Amino acid sequence: MIEITDLHKSYKMGSSELHVLKGINFSIKEGELVAIMGSSGSGKSTLLNILGILDEADSGSYTLDMVPIKNLNETIASKYRNQFLGFVFQSFNLINYKNALDNVAMPLYYQGIKRKERNEIAMSYLEKVGLASHSHHLPNELSGGQKQRVAIARAMASNPKVLLADEPTGALDTKTSYEVMELIQAINDAGKTVLIVTHEPDIAAMCKRNVVLKDGIIIDDKFVNQVRATSYV
Amino acid sequence: MFNIERWQEIFEAIAKNKLRTFLTGISVASGIFILVILLGVGKGLQNGIEKQFERDADGIIEVWTGVTQKEYKGLNPGREIQFHNSDYDLSVQKFGEQLDKKASTINNWNGTVVYGKETGNYQYRGVYPDYVFIENATIIKGRFINNNDLEKSKKVAVIGNKLKQELFKDKDPIGEEINVASINFKVVGVFTDPAGEREETRIYLPITTFQKAYGSGDKISNLFYTLQKKDNYDEALAQSKKFVAELNQILKSKNTIAPDDESAIGVNNSIEDTKQFYDLNLYIRLFFWWVGICTIIAGVVGVSNIMLIIVKERTKEIGIRKALGASPISIIGMILHESIFITTIAGFIGLLMSLLLLEIVGPQIKSEYFLNPQVDFSIALTTLVLLVFAGALAGFFPAYRAAKIKPIVALRDE
Repeated sequence: MIEITDLHKSYKMGSSELHVLKGINFSIKEGELVAIMGSSGSGKSTLLNILGILDEADSGSYTLDMVPIKNLNETIASKYRNQFLGFVFQSFNLINYKNALDNVAMPLYYQGIKRKERNEIAMSYLEKVGLASHSHHLPNELSGGQKQRVAIARAMASNPKVLLADEPTGALDTKTSYEVMELIQAINDAGKTVLIVTHEPDIAAMCKRNVVLKDGIIIDDKFVNQVRATSYV
Repeated sequence: MFNIERWQEIFEAIAKNKLRTFLTGISVASGIFILVILLGVGKGLQNGIEKQFERDADGIIEVWTGVTQKEYKGLNPGREIQFHNSDYDLSVQKFGEQLDKKASTINNWNGTVVYGKETGNYQYRGVYPDYVFIENATIIKGRFINNNDLEKSKKVAVIGNKLKQELFKDKDPIGEEINVASINFKVVGVFTDPAGEREETRIYLPITTFQKAYGSGDKISNLFYTLQKKDNYDEALAQSKKFVAELNQILKSKNTIAPDDESAIGVNNSIEDTKQFYDLNLYIRLFFWWVGICTIIAGVVGVSNIMLIIVKERTKEIGIRKALGASPISIIGMILHESIFITTIAGFIGLLMSLLLLEIVGPQIKSEYFLNPQVDFSIALTTLVLLVFAGALAGFFPAYRAAKIKPIVALRDE
């Protein structure tokens, strides 16, 4: 599903250059649930941004579902994001003047799906995350966990190849975190490829594979015995 | 452009962001409102001044006679010149096509006028029908002297409003007989004259009747002309000067006056006074255009400012939309579509309100220097289009930049 070879990325910080990714190689198969771990500054968010076509690598190759991601213009990049990827952010990033249903329907709007059909699909995803009853609530009327579940529903609505989550539990308490992880595990169980960036070991333990980054290189990459989130609750 | 999905998206954004919509709308609406009111007031002032100086604007040429100072063809100086009907007829025959209004008059400065028990001393004057324009008098009742009166030498009189008040009080004078210097005339009209009350004590009679009734033969005292209007002041001035020179020449030659004798025939050409009028008018127009343009600039700056803030406020939303698959073009389109929609609607509201105000309040204003304030609808519409266009342009650049921002930058936590 994802193939990365010798990926480099550096940022210019004034006159000096910050080399963030120093040659990353790895591949992810369909249906995997991968945690990318590392302390802050290890380059894990940069890697996720490149994987999410939100940022571009300086060198190296990246292939997403057999499609090479290289030198894309913004219009094509946005099309690929829409077709291939679903995003979940630490700070939810819901549009605050739209209700839950409209937020979930947003990626479908950019696929050119008509309003009625859009809302039906969005509603079915809200049902899957257990928030059908909150479909007409605005984000500020929802709790943190509910917001993240809406965000996950939104990420899933366009039926992407890969779900990318950047610290999805970073702003949530432990109990809510596990509820969100339970949802993510369920999505993965249904066959979706999921990538999670996290620095919390207990979250990483709930994934099937842990990739550890340090100073821009992968120092560890191992499959783990998945801990089911349900066992905590 | 017509994409129902996008319209729905925009209506939703507008409905959910009432304050933003309101602020944008109010700034555009008030800009257009103030501008249209200013243009209307400017037009009202211009109309008022035009009305005030209407007579001056006509560029009346008046000719009178005096006493010769120079010997010419054996005739001694000190000879008093008298115009006759033939002088007037000659000028009309010679310059007929150039003339707009023309009249000759014969004057008696003082005569006893009697109506019933009321008596007074007033000036009475034999005139042509065009004279009403020369004096810039307005008929408030009945009619002025007409050609029929002249041809049949009818004994009719048109009296000034002041004279009417003095002799008739509240009574309707039309159809009443008055005695002017021992001869009875029927009153057919009452006039007012913006030049003042003194002029409103006059009595105007048909010139033919005057000459016959008071035994003045074919004598006349003054000649009056206005020329066909020209497009601008310079042309009017040139035409007028040429006319005066030629008229002077033929009148002097007919009355045997030395061509360089300046005192025998006097000419007052008020065309030069019209320059002030043209200038004043121009300055008023320029001033209000200047004010109007400044208002537009202020409006444009205001709209631009709001657009900048809107785009800034929506940066994060734009980032989210891009992450979810919005192309840069769809982002720019969304912002511009919304801003054009709001500014157009708000602009129309401002336009309608200002036009309504001018329509309602305009006629209520009773001032000599202010009349009938109005605005050319096409000008108002043009300014509206300009403002909408400027708002769109002002919104385009920040929208373009926002659409270019990488989603990760836009999404970076506050």
